[in-house]
Amino acid sequence: MDTAEGRPISRKSGNSPVDLMTRAGAWVLGMGDYIFAPLQKRIGHVRMAYVFVLPNLLIFGIFILLPMFLNFYYGFTSGESILPENRVFVGTDNLEKLLECDNYLDPNTCDEDLFWHGVRNTGTYVVSEVILLVVFALLTALALNSNVAGRAFFRSVFFYPVLLSPVVVALIWKWLLQQDGLLNAFIVSLGGERAPFLLDGGWSQFWVIIVGVWAQMGFYTLILLAGLQAIPADLYEASSIDGANAFRTFRSITLPLLMPTLFVVLVLSLIRAVQVFDHVYVLTNGGPGTATLFIVQYIYRTAFGNRNFGLAAAASLLLAMVLLVLTVAQLRLGRRVDAT
Amino acid sequence: MSQSALSADNAVRFLTRRQGKKRLSTADILTYAYLIFGTIIMFGPVAWLVISSFKPERGLIEFPPTLLPYWQQNVLIEGYENPLDLYDVTLEDGTTRRLAQVSRVGIMARMIDPENPSAEPIQVNINQRQPVRYVNFSLDNYTGAIQQFPFLTYLMNSIIVTIAATLVTLLVNSMAAFGLSKYRFRGRDAIFLLILSTLMVPVSVILIPAFLVINEVGWVNNLIGVIIPGAATPTGVFLLRQYMLTIPDELIESARIDGATEWRIYWQVILPLASPALATLAIFSVMWRWNDFLWPLIVLNRSELFTLQVGLNAFQGDLNTQWHYILAMTVLTLLPITIVFAILQRYITTGIATTGMK
Repeated sequence: MDTAEGRPISRKSGNSPVDLMTRAGAWVLGMGDYIFAPLQKRIGHVRMAYVFVLPNLLIFGIFILLPMFLNFYYGFTSGESILPENRVFVGTDNLEKLLECDNYLDPNTCDEDLFWHGVRNTGTYVVSEVILLVVFALLTALALNSNVAGRAFFRSVFFYPVLLSPVVVALIWKWLLQQDGLLNAFIVSLGGERAPFLLDGGWSQFWVIIVGVWAQMGFYTLILLAGLQAIPADLYEASSIDGANAFRTFRSITLPLLMPTLFVVLVLSLIRAVQVFDHVYVLTNGGPGTATLFIVQYIYRTAFGNRNFGLAAAASLLLAMVLLVLTVAQLRLGRRVDAT
Repeated sequence: MSQSALSADNAVRFLTRRQGKKRLSTADILTYAYLIFGTIIMFGPVAWLVISSFKPERGLIEFPPTLLPYWQQNVLIEGYENPLDLYDVTLEDGTTRRLAQVSRVGIMARMIDPENPSAEPIQVNINQRQPVRYVNFSLDNYTGAIQQFPFLTYLMNSIIVTIAATLVTLLVNSMAAFGLSKYRFRGRDAIFLLILSTLMVPVSVILIPAFLVINEVGWVNNLIGVIIPGAATPTGVFLLRQYMLTIPDELIESARIDGATEWRIYWQVILPLASPALATLAIFSVMWRWNDFLWPLIVLNRSELFTLQVGLNAFQGDLNTQWHYILAMTVLTLLPITIVFAILQRYITTGIATTGMK
């Protein structure tokens, strides 16, 4: 077999995948030079940066940025048609309807009570999920970073659910959590009563969070593991020579040096948690009642179920504003973390 | 004697050897306990799904469920069109006989002796009989489900979308990241902030207008409509840019002095050096695209264009309570990515673990 180490640098081109990829690479290089070299001569090498950024920016602009601005248009118009020309301008009516509330802590006193249920559920979900994810991902990463046998095996096991699609994840757990499922059989065998895991509001909220943590923890574990392994070993040697105990070493070396990675994990998991939709959609479809109705599903339902695009877009705008505040706060915080 | 004691001591020391030449400590035991418990939690649900997928329809509604897939033993008896289920019946005189069930009304079953089918059927209380079963990892659920579910079409669509989208994502994101990390030009920070700010915007938030745009471009019911819009990932640009920042500028300067074009610098200097980050992004991208659900659900309405995820969701909606088919299809859907993972697991996990998320 043609291994990376033993291969001479220049050789006849064969037909192995590696050779094909090498040739494809050479072809892209040649094509790129053919197109970009004359351009570079004309505009100079610094402006080539625009050329590099352009394709990404085009896709980004057309399919992310433009829709974001169109969202404003939808938010301030009403009508059942999705076509912009058929919509009626209504000003801030949609926003006012969403924000009309006697008591913001009680969604039932709000004009659009489903929206506020969604807001409250999403808030609870985000906070619990992010905390659980960070804590368990850190614990797992620390366990995998210690000198245990079978590390590669355990790492794979913890990572495996990350690869599964939300639809598959939801079906796995739906099967486990149903009335006659394995978990209830386990509870009954211990002398308990069957619990209505997916039929009771509180239980559903609990399981939706647990399933989310189960499905994503491995990903953040690997990121944290990378962070842990990047900490120079001689720091640990020095601290053990100085007679520091395990806790002291963790607090004075591991944690401070892991802070930037922890921050990345926090940001990424927060982003994902706010967007929660897929696995809940298949697992509980927002139910029972409004127990697991999250903000994105509210938007989806209002838009594609009730065809109230205006109200849905207005809710998207409010969500976008919250996200903007969070992003700015994180950028600030991130800079501070980077500085330490 | 001292010899053997010494070697036994050595053996123990060897078995419990740690890097620091210490014995298995409490911390190690806790670590193993955590990892083993975690393994059960992480892998148990999947294993249960796979085992259950071999069970017959009626075995799935049994409570408490059996661990292994048991199938009912049945027998074909002359004079009866369908095979009859076999039961061990405890008769009133206390003896046990193996009988076949002809029919059942309420709590009473009519049963006959397979050895002597012409004899008068016996009336038996259903509590007096035990089904005769055997363990069988039957593929019946799989063949049955595939007949109702164009698995290969969906698989093909998912593969096309995943590979094409990943290649486009890698190219476009790495070009942008190179531009944003290695050049000083007007608007650079603004562009980066703009891209970064959409990190927090869920696709679902811009679902309505994004669908309108796709509609105007004419990409509804076209795999391209699934592939292109997600290619400009902020995460990818961010990850690659952070990594490329760590590549020394001197390398680029000396390449320039040697007369390399910017494109050549990008392709032959930056990309090879950024390959760990590229590998990570490739893995993410494959995962994202393979598992993508909401966007293909919106863009693709014609069932011959469905990806596996959309197909599986439609399938579980159509066959609401037919768990035996749903379980089999779920296993078939998770199988390809599991096989890929089993082959490439070292590259996947170390790929993420060695990248520059630091």
